[in-house]
Amino acid sequence: MLTVQGLGRSTADLVENQLLTDISFVVEAGRSAIITGASGAGKTVLLRALADLDSSIGVIELSSKPKDAYGAPEWRQQVCYVPAEPGWWAYLAKDHFVDLGSAQNHARSLGLGVAVFEQPVDQLSTGERQRLALIRALLGSPKVMLLDEPTAALDPDATQLVENKLRQFLDKGNSLLLVTHDREQGYRMGDQFFVMESGRLRSVVPGK
Amino acid sequence: MNFIVLDYYDIAIAASLIAVNAGLSIALQLGIARRMIIAAVRMVVQLTLVGLVLKALFAASSPIFTALALTCMILFAGREAMARQERRFKGWWSYGMGTASMMVAGTLVTLFALSTQISPDPWYDPRYAIPIMGMVLGNTMNGVSIGLDRMVSGAVQQKSAIEARLMLGADKAEAMQNLVKTALRAGLIPTINGMSAAGLVSLPGMMTGQILAGVEPVDAVKYQILIMFLITGGTGLGLVASVFFARNRLTDRRHRLRLDRLRPL
Repeated sequence: MLTVQGLGRSTADLVENQLLTDISFVVEAGRSAIITGASGAGKTVLLRALADLDSSIGVIELSSKPKDAYGAPEWRQQVCYVPAEPGWWAYLAKDHFVDLGSAQNHARSLGLGVAVFEQPVDQLSTGERQRLALIRALLGSPKVMLLDEPTAALDPDATQLVENKLRQFLDKGNSLLLVTHDREQGYRMGDQFFVMESGRLRSVVPGK
Repeated sequence: MNFIVLDYYDIAIAASLIAVNAGLSIALQLGIARRMIIAAVRMVVQLTLVGLVLKALFAASSPIFTALALTCMILFAGREAMARQERRFKGWWSYGMGTASMMVAGTLVTLFALSTQISPDPWYDPRYAIPIMGMVLGNTMNGVSIGLDRMVSGAVQQKSAIEARLMLGADKAEAMQNLVKTALRAGLIPTINGMSAAGLVSLPGMMTGQILAGVEPVDAVKYQILIMFLITGGTGLGLVASVFFARNRLTDRRHRLRLDRLRPL
């Protein structure tokens, strides 16, 4: 369960669209929250703050234990953020995975051939990279995943495979925060819905 | 020991080469004639002053004046190392971390040489302390400035790769491991190259100077070898200190990458 209470991000040298104001919500175990909003509304800023990649004020708790009670690396492993454009630190795709066997199993279930692991990252398509980044995150067994547009570059079939994977993740009692511009995907995947506007998060009821 | 003393007339003849170069620069429209002449004049003034200062320092042979001169050298080296960095930290950090690293490395290595291998009497004899510190600092400065530059610009360029590791639960040491290695290698390579090429491609300046001053080549070579070892030691120490210093300043206690601590371009 991820609990956020009065989360804010405001320092003097930040530009306006990086601010977060008084954000509060709870995502129960096994549940997912969908966040939509225009570009620049602060969705990425929120995910980065939740992953503790940027400093913030307010309370963030995982299983009722505050963020700062975890070491930062442990926190990020538990609350794992997968950005829209994931970063890569090695030349070949396979060098980003300690447990290559498990990674390949996940890859098959996401419609990726094993051959992608042998390729240089910069020769993979955006969709392949996004799925590899998702696998990389899943292998760390996080309790919460913060996903920023994980299927933006995928065709409908691959999107469905990713959604299946995410449902399995939720079924294990984990939580999901999913930023998506795909309204249908939101309906399929979401238990609760939020809209981000100028750094504020508003709860919405779908269809209204 | 005997050597041919130069008079001002000899130097004036050599200066004609600068005039020739400046003439060429004007003819070829390189636009650097002015800069070259200013640089040449600066060099003459600076070295003349240094000559006078050294003469006074050697005559005084005072530990306080020697320490003062060494401190000035360190401060100038720190400024130079900072000036060579493309991206700098806000505030005094860029200057501070370069200067502190060089001060520690330069002082340790110079004291080591003066107390064991060279052993002048008194041990702080400026005739030895100042040139040795100067050579160690000059080279350490190169290493430190290359290392810091690689480290800081690398962190900017590789932001997404570093953060990708952090997001997966790596600590800052793991996340910046590749960058630290690259920066350390880059900073050490000129020194390693200098050792490999010594004697074959280039006759090192100090050795050449001693030979011109009438020292037996074998003795001059011994000094040069000693200095090369000191330089390598100083560069390594200063480089490691500055790169780790920069790594810590680029991150915080919560293992975040803190590029906001750099000055905007």
